[in-house]
Amino acid sequence: MIADDVFRALADPTRRAIFERLTRDGELTVHALTDHSGVSQPAVSKHLGILKHANLVRDRRAGRETHYSAQPQALAPLVDWVSAYGAFWRERFDRLESILKRMDQ
Amino acid sequence: MITPDTRRSVIVEREMAHPPEKIWRALTQGALIEEWLMQNDFQPVVGHRFSFRATPAPKWNGVIDCEVLVVEPHERLAYTWGSLGFESVVTWTLTPTAGGTHVRMEQSGFGAGQDANFKGATWGWRKFVGNLERVVGGLG
Repeated sequence: MIADDVFRALADPTRRAIFERLTRDGELTVHALTDHSGVSQPAVSKHLGILKHANLVRDRRAGRETHYSAQPQALAPLVDWVSAYGAFWRERFDRLESILKRMDQ
Repeated sequence: MITPDTRRSVIVEREMAHPPEKIWRALTQGALIEEWLMQNDFQPVVGHRFSFRATPAPKWNGVIDCEVLVVEPHERLAYTWGSLGFESVVTWTLTPTAGGTHVRMEQSGFGAGQDANFKGATWGWRKFVGNLERVVGGLG
């Protein structure tokens, strides 16, 4: 299920940081993403692979470099998830009200 | 189409025919909270760390990690709500009305935990949904 892949990909703070940087700075190479990141290039490549699997990034090969860009439309399942909390809380409000009716003053 | 403004936070409001003091008890006494929300080890003490425990689901252990942020008896209660690597803040506001209490719950932020350290503070992970709004807004 693609939503699971999106959640798993974004549950990691390093991957969120990579994704955020790509949404902010546009297309970047693995080298550019690695520089000053405090994370090794193999680790960045592995994170990019997971982001790509979740369709959150797209890669483009140019010469010896691979360029990565963000695919923010892949966030849609997450946006749906956030809004689903509304339904969750409305249902809990119903339960809260029924508890209040049973409680002593 | 996604409308980011409505997603930045989740707000549920309702007028309830009960006094604030009584609603406060339902929001702050562990055994009562469990009856309408989830199992918990909540204490109405600022800084207290606790968890809500729901039935585990595939890829989710059912645990929501929280910390009490605000305790203003009968008026306001806030705690963090961390799950699946995302952290938000749940704030309850009780306002007395002629017929009872206006109950407002706002869940906002939807940021991440404190452990973002990719290039340290420069890249610090900010409010996730705030970014989401910008990103999604750019989708046109």
